[in-house]
Amino acid sequence: MPHKTFLAFIWPSLLAMVLFIAVPIVSVAYQSLFIEHEQILITSENCGPFGCTSSVSVDRAAMARLAEEQPAGRYNGLGTYTNSSHLATDEIAGIVATSENFNEIRNRIMNLPFYKALVFTLTYTFVVTPLVIALGFAIAVVVNAIPQMLKGPVIFFSLLPMLVTPLVGSLVLFWMIDSRGIIGAGLQSLFGDPDLSLKASPTLTWITLFTYGVWHSAPFAFVVFYAGLQTVPTDTLESAMVDGASRWERVRFVVMPYLLPLASFIALMQLMDNFRIFEPIIGFSAAASATSLSYLIYNDLRAGNSPLFGSAAATSMLTIVGVVILLLPVLRRNWREFNRKI
Amino acid sequence: MSTTTTATLAACALLATSGLATAECGIESGSVRILSNDFAALHAVADAAETCASDSVEVTRNQTEEHKNLQVPALSINPATYTVAIVATNSIVPLLNDDLIRPLDDLVAEHGQQLTDQQLIRVGGNVMAIAFMTNAQHLFYREDILEEHGIAVPTSYEEVFAAAETLREAGAMETPLAASYKPGWDLGAEFVNTYLGTGNDFFVPGSAELAIDNEDGLRTLETMKRMVDYMDADWATYDSNGQKPAWEAGDVALSIQWGSRAGAYIADDSPAPAIAEATAFAASPTIADNAIPAVAMWWDGFAIAKNISDEDAEASFIAMMEGISPGMMQENADAAVWLIDGYAPTPASEGVIANLQGGARPFPMLPYMGLLHTALGDNLSEYLQGGESAEQALADVTAAYTTAAREAGFLN
Repeated sequence: MPHKTFLAFIWPSLLAMVLFIAVPIVSVAYQSLFIEHEQILITSENCGPFGCTSSVSVDRAAMARLAEEQPAGRYNGLGTYTNSSHLATDEIAGIVATSENFNEIRNRIMNLPFYKALVFTLTYTFVVTPLVIALGFAIAVVVNAIPQMLKGPVIFFSLLPMLVTPLVGSLVLFWMIDSRGIIGAGLQSLFGDPDLSLKASPTLTWITLFTYGVWHSAPFAFVVFYAGLQTVPTDTLESAMVDGASRWERVRFVVMPYLLPLASFIALMQLMDNFRIFEPIIGFSAAASATSLSYLIYNDLRAGNSPLFGSAAATSMLTIVGVVILLLPVLRRNWREFNRKI
Repeated sequence: MSTTTTATLAACALLATSGLATAECGIESGSVRILSNDFAALHAVADAAETCASDSVEVTRNQTEEHKNLQVPALSINPATYTVAIVATNSIVPLLNDDLIRPLDDLVAEHGQQLTDQQLIRVGGNVMAIAFMTNAQHLFYREDILEEHGIAVPTSYEEVFAAAETLREAGAMETPLAASYKPGWDLGAEFVNTYLGTGNDFFVPGSAELAIDNEDGLRTLETMKRMVDYMDADWATYDSNGQKPAWEAGDVALSIQWGSRAGAYIADDSPAPAIAEATAFAASPTIADNAIPAVAMWWDGFAIAKNISDEDAEASFIAMMEGISPGMMQENADAAVWLIDGYAPTPASEGVIANLQGGARPFPMLPYMGLLHTALGDNLSEYLQGGESAEQALADVTAAYTTAAREAGFLN
């Protein structure tokens, strides 16, 4: 395709990407370098239904003047990135200096909010992604082998978990695993332990979230693999059969290598998606046992009376950096393959 | 003439007058746009305010749990999206901080004859909001179960734990206590409640410097941990919505729950009528040797946006006076503990009123209280799950709060 035609086709999409992706990212990066102005407080007499107290409030007129002079706030450089809610550089230096052994260092670092969230996010990503690929492939192979007339309904039901909105899906499961719900009560009688609760312990909560993640994303992998399976060359499969390959050997030595590029595509998408895990933590009320980077951003923006934009922006930038690092190996591999083909 | 007929006639007369009053709320023209939280009492207020709508007066409302996130951006623009913001002790603070609401002194003088002095929320000498109801958490208890086991209604946390132990030993209930301990806003609110009961303050007076890292802070955490010991294993997922089904299932005998939900617990249409019948209310328990209920008192009220025309502001104030009129209160006496003149307590209001009589302290209306609330909500669950010490939990809260307060400009 001539470059000119290519450009003519791509420019609307490029424009949208710049406007709706690149510009906001730049603005978030800019925001992350600033913090609020120093608040000018005045003490005044405040009264209400429960009596009067002398308490402080913000001097609004003085703050309005400050905001006019410097609308973005006070410049803080990378201070927000290194504070105790993010990379916590000073805290880590202090922990390393005052701890006695590696275990203590690890435990104390894991107590810092950013690292606690990072560990869950990474664990989730690396547990769920391979399981999604494996399960999706298995479903695709099975569905491909069932009789034609059953395929339609089976495909529809296999896709359901992906069609359900993540928040709704997790809420439905949340009630099902309740000790009065069908799954929760079933597990209790299965293990003969009336106190068993998937919501109570951090470990079981993590496992619940992993299971949910696999359940929710497997259909995506299934759809991609299923489409790929339709294109596996039948003559190669037939010659493998003539050579006496068993069913498993045909899958292992013909289908799998053929679908490998698809697997790396799914890995790419899943790494990105799973690294941003968020809705299930809200849906499962799991914040006591598991937090993720996205959850931290949400918390900064929502929980207080006034949102901490700088803090949320810094976590967002760190999340983007995290996604880039995760994707580098996959992208490099694709790049090398692309070059080889040329 | 029989009494029934007299009563009917009187009622008709009353309806007629109120009908007349509706037609002449006294607003010539203007636009009233209400933003509020979403619960029964506020529906009643907005319904009453809406009766002021006419050909020349527009009254609209948006009642949503997301109101706290909408109000600052919606009132920042000019003209503001909403003319009336229904706020509470904590949610008025961001509006004050950003200078988004107007002083109401003139409007109160002109149209506020029905208001009592305790309804006026004064900040630095100006009336900034009008309170119309009060709310607080308090003790809900099962009269039948306590009676059956010879337990007096607990007034202190020690008695609450003793009662729970008795029930557990008698085999009546394994986890007789419930409270909203879900991490985030709910858990933060429980710490605030309990700590207020110690009589201590959260901050060094006159500054944003945190002062909870002391014996009272530790005692508060210890009390919360003992609560958890008697609560369902899923306590970390319970908010005030989650508590109600457990109560109705008969799993709980003592619970700390919001006063605004008391009406629904004892309602005639409760799914568990026998339990609703036996549900009663008392003040929040006291902590240690202190005499005041360990709970924060809240008010709900309304404020008027700054970035609107004076005409709309006046129309909004008059419509809200209709919204919080004694007539509205008579029709919805059960919906809240009203601060409106002439309020007669109902059974559902017993707990909140007992808190007030016990001298419970208000939720601190400080510009940086929201940051502390968030820090508390995020950092206490590990301690309560047994994963870290109380000292470490307080240190984590302090670190999170200090970082946030620095970013917000309250600390250096």
